Amino acid sequence: MLTIATGNKAVADAVKAAKPGVIAAYPITPQTEIVEQIAEYVTDGELASKYVPVESEHSAMAACIGASAGGVRTFTATSSHGLLYMHEMVHWAAGARLPIVMANVNRALGPGWNTWAEHTDAFSQRDTGWLQVFVSTVQEAYDATLMAFKIAEDERVLLPVMVNLDGFALSHITQSLATVEPGDFLPPYRLPHAIDTENPCVYGPMTGPNDYFRFRWDIERSMRDAKGVIADVEREFAERFGRSYGPTEDYRCEDADVIVIAMGTLGKEAEVAVDRLREEGIKAGSMRLRWFRPFPDLNLAGKEVVVIDRDYSFGFGGVVAHSVRSKTGVEPYSVIAGLGGQEVTYDDIAGFVRDRHPGKEMWFGVSDHV
Amino acid sequence: MSAIPKEEYLFKCTSACAGCSSSLCLRYVLKAAGPDTILVVPACCTSVIQGMYPGTAMNVPVYNIAFGAAAACASGLSNAFEARGEKTNVIVYAGDGGTGDIGIQALSGALERGTNFLYICYDNEAYGNTGMQRSGSTPLGARTTTTPGGKPTVKKDLDRIVEAHNPPYMATACSAYPLDLYKKVKKALSIEGPKFIHILAPCPPGWRYPAEKTVEMGKLAVKTGTWILYEREFGKLTINGPSKTAMKKPVPLEDYVRGQGRFKNVSPEIFDMMRQQVEQNIQRLSREEAGVC
Ligand SMILES: Cc1ncc(C[n+]2csc(CCOP(=O)(O)OP(=O)(O)O)c2C)c(N)n1
Ligand code: SF4
Repeated sequence: MLTIATGNKAVADAVKAAKPGVIAAYPITPQTEIVEQIAEYVTDGELASKYVPVESEHSAMAACIGASAGGVRTFTATSSHGLLYMHEMVHWAAGARLPIVMANVNRALGPGWNTWAEHTDAFSQRDTGWLQVFVSTVQEAYDATLMAFKIAEDERVLLPVMVNLDGFALSHITQSLATVEPGDFLPPYRLPHAIDTENPCVYGPMTGPNDYFRFRWDIERSMRDAKGVIADVEREFAERFGRSYGPTEDYRCEDADVIVIAMGTLGKEAEVAVDRLREEGIKAGSMRLRWFRPFPDLNLAGKEVVVIDRDYSFGFGGVVAHSVRSKTGVEPYSVIAGLGGQEVTYDDIAGFVRDRHPGKEMWFGVSDHV
Repeated sequence: MSAIPKEEYLFKCTSACAGCSSSLCLRYVLKAAGPDTILVVPACCTSVIQGMYPGTAMNVPVYNIAFGAAAACASGLSNAFEARGEKTNVIVYAGDGGTGDIGIQALSGALERGTNFLYICYDNEAYGNTGMQRSGSTPLGARTTTTPGGKPTVKKDLDRIVEAHNPPYMATACSAYPLDLYKKVKKALSIEGPKFIHILAPCPPGWRYPAEKTVEMGKLAVKTGTWILYEREFGKLTINGPSKTAMKKPVPLEDYVRGQGRFKNVSPEIFDMMRQQVEQNIQRLSREEAGVC
């Protein structure tokens, strides 16, 4: 069905289609609409999930952990300070191998209360063992949320998935949205290691160094397997519903001399910048990074690269720029832009490419290349 | 005692200290709850008592969860079982730190939401797991590793905090009265909604008394009126037998305090305050039971 929706509504509609057993959530701007919309679906009887209105994000994730361990499909949504308040439980969910899906509406962190887009919140959970996907359109928010359940619940993965969408820039804008009937693409779910009183087991007890170490390796092995699972699920989704996605979304990259790498809505904006630059005779391309964990294999051989980071690791550098550098050996031009929702237009992005200084870093509107 | 089933859900040879009364309580809690039960355990002595992976000392599923998250995790579990259309006892078994301090927000939330579960706080009046630091539940004057001079503030009144949430059932219990505990767990599990049982569980290394005196210590807590056994069903208070007697004619508080190393060297002033507090509690609960406001 074709409708018009915000990014938040798209996530809520995908959750409705996925029919979780339990949804536990706590409101925070700019995510609030998601949990409000889901609460309405549940109240109106359009969605038969248990809705647990918890008293904090720490409890939201703890309730999801309990619910998921109880065997049912589980969802929550958060943002920014909510995500950080959850941090302990974010680790726990992955360590317990629970396929929880969480929408994170990317937002900057205080102080200086700021409700606009930034990716630092998600990156602060980088090493938790969660898969992370970043979306750029309302349709993609919907599709990625649906696929997230299937990927997380695959027995080769059994890890939680975070679907990231930019605060306001995507959560609150409206675009057309085609909803689907997932049918057996997403069948009813029961966790294979669900708690069972007929077969009493202890979950998460004290574990010595050797077993613990092996469990961590199992997480990494699943992260590696997840690449294949993601590809399978995205392929099946394309076959059934006609929209295809990959680890990156590449735009005019084949013959490009210079490639812009960005995430979320800035990654989409870069496509317009590429068209501009091509008109000027600059052979540019855009490679929007969709999956951040597991980190995709990027082929950048022989290309110049401009990375735009909507985040920063203080005392070190842009997180994406660093990841690209260490994974590919390419020395990018690192642009820090869009923090706290700073406006970055396609003209600005075209400007970054024209003025690129490989190996240097520039804070857009604040510093020169240093 | 013949009412208590022989089946064991907590096996022998746990890693508990000698004379640990909280593990004794757990044994009775599980006997009362039976095999269709899931235990949710935050970080506390009970995380250790279960033993080390891949072994377990428990014959029911145990979900271990982070320190501050037990009640919320149980909320999710309880809802998952409802979503699955199954009826299973979800029981949190948490220490006083995981209940009254770090976990109090999650507990409050779960009670307010009407989560269908039983929350049991075994109160050894300190952080046992990390080596006897003070908790909010540590009584006035007690020495712990973080209050080496004696705790300067009074024990947090967890029961009144819970009571303010109006759960359909709440009770106190003590490890020295296992049949009373057993009956309370049975009754709690027969009621829908959030239930709370607060067990005083003397702890030999924490309270600094010889392990073999653990039952005596619990009895003295009740007989001196320091710990009052009661139930509150749908708001109505009933004081239980052993405390009824104790409240009419309490044993001198000295008898309870003297045997515990943690109260060594309390000043006469502090001891006076301790006694006043016991008297106030006895009066408050007596008045309430008599319907005098
Ligand atoms: C967030 C966090 N802070 C601190 C700890 C360390 N810790 C583990 S158990 C514990 C004390 C538990 O005390 P209590 O709840 O009274 O139970 P007991 O150990 O006495 O059985 C502490 C401080 C932790 N696990 N997590
Ligand atoms: S420290 Fe106390 S409560 Fe903990 S196991 Fe030992 S005796 Fe039991």
